Amino acid sequence: MSLRRIVIAAAAAVGALAGMALLAATTAHAQRLVADLTSHLIAITTGFTGTDVVLFGTVDGPSSDVVVVVTGPRTSVTVRRKDRVAGLWLNQEKAVFAQVPTYYAVAATGPLERIASTFTAQRHQLGPENIRLDTGRALPAAELTAFRSALVRNQQRAGLYSTATGQVAFLGDRLFRTNLHFPANVHTGLYNVEVFQIRDGEVVSAQTTPLVVAKVGFSAEVYEFGRNQPLAYGIAATVGALLIGWATGVAFRKM
Amino acid sequence: MLQIYLPIAEMSVDALAVLAMGGAVGFLSGMFGVGGGFLMTPLLIFIGVPPAVAVGTQANQLVAASVSGVLAHWQRGNVDVKLGLVMLAGGVFGTTLGVWLFGILQRLGHIDITISLSYVFFLGVIGFLMLIESGRAMLRRRRTTATRGKLHHHIWLHGLPLKMRFHRSKLYISALLPAAIGAIGGLLVAIMGIGGGFMLVPAMIYLLNMPTGLVAGTSLFQIIFTTAVATLLQAATNQTVDVVLALLLLVGGVIGAQFGTKASGYLRGEQARMLLAVLVVSVAGKLAWDLFARPADVFSILVGVPG
Repeated sequence: MSLRRIVIAAAAAVGALAGMALLAATTAHAQRLVADLTSHLIAITTGFTGTDVVLFGTVDGPSSDVVVVVTGPRTSVTVRRKDRVAGLWLNQEKAVFAQVPTYYAVAATGPLERIASTFTAQRHQLGPENIRLDTGRALPAAELTAFRSALVRNQQRAGLYSTATGQVAFLGDRLFRTNLHFPANVHTGLYNVEVFQIRDGEVVSAQTTPLVVAKVGFSAEVYEFGRNQPLAYGIAATVGALLIGWATGVAFRKM
Repeated sequence: MLQIYLPIAEMSVDALAVLAMGGAVGFLSGMFGVGGGFLMTPLLIFIGVPPAVAVGTQANQLVAASVSGVLAHWQRGNVDVKLGLVMLAGGVFGTTLGVWLFGILQRLGHIDITISLSYVFFLGVIGFLMLIESGRAMLRRRRTTATRGKLHHHIWLHGLPLKMRFHRSKLYISALLPAAIGAIGGLLVAIMGIGGGFMLVPAMIYLLNMPTGLVAGTSLFQIIFTTAVATLLQAATNQTVDVVLALLLLVGGVIGAQFGTKASGYLRGEQARMLLAVLVVSVAGKLAWDLFARPADVFSILVGVPG
């Protein structure tokens, strides 16, 4: 799989992309919103137990709200439902969702329902219930809703989707900051950090900042070895186990 | 708390907890001569390791645990190499058949339920039979001291052709019998992802009438090879062997196995069998409960493209 290569290439591009601001909703006059992360690379090392990244930025004046949405690399997700068949709980119905973010977190300066209109929240996917989840199969509406919420619920249980809206704090009128948490089981790849400035329920300015999660050091080497030379990896694992087993056996016999 | 990141499982675990888990399962493995895979796989899945990685990794760990266990038995002359090799020949055939069956079941869907049901069936039946037998043996021992039965009873299985002499086990039986036991063991390796010791041990005791002392060492000897092949296949085809996790498990496992082997000296055969039977029946009961009880969430998700 060349996903890792893409990630590395993306990491190289991060420096260039980091400064780029993407203006939405309003036409060109002075940039209203500027935001950046303290780090654009989360390195998964052997001691990795999850990490926090600080996002900070400024808006052009008081009386506006800020919402931050982080989405992880997208992949397909299969949701299965167990039903009782002859007393046994068996997987029966399933739905496959395409392009599902493997990570989703949202932070805001207040409750989302107060800050954004329903339309804005849906359009910019603010809040876990607004994540766009498309399935190729035509399912009854009620079924689809059940499968969608099951997907979100399972991801929340794994700690990969946020359950509560995080806190974006204003320091004075214009400067804001928030803490973004990434648990130990985050997927590697390219993450998107979207920052929205919202006034009267509508997005007036927005910016997207990339963030890369990648394995580095020993854990990256093991992973690469296993991926690129699976047979050699298997032989090494087997021979290593034989040697360790033998060595410990002999050591204990002498004791 | 000493957190360590597992590069293939892609998660962070408490290293000390995993070491302790490996040690506990290793102790039982050394004591009873079973690989302990039927305990380790559910345990790993319970702490959040993806099932495929759990199966692949613990095959790797079992290689080391069984080598270490065999050495202790070898020293006491408790390994029948000839019998082990005959079983292994059957085992290779069984594993090949198992991989082929696995493919068919996967295409038909319901591979998960097949695995769960075979766990419940094999563990349940074997555990229950062992429980009855060892209970009877314990009662018999208590009642009398001197009523010795026949050295071994002849059943139709012993009339099969291709008779072979196994000096170490003092057996003169058809080679087809240990080969068939090995084949069924190999089948279980492929379908259930375990060493199969819990099935081999009672089969060797009750079907082959092997001396109990030789059973643990000989089954471990055979398991070295089946788990080594399983590790190679899993790593090469599915990339589901996490060497960091395997290392933690096997460090705990080999130490536990040494103590287990020593502890087995203090137990009489039927006591060890009774304990193993209780353990096997409990695991079967737990798995059966999971199949029939309403799950906490009837929905489950699989992230990424399956397979």
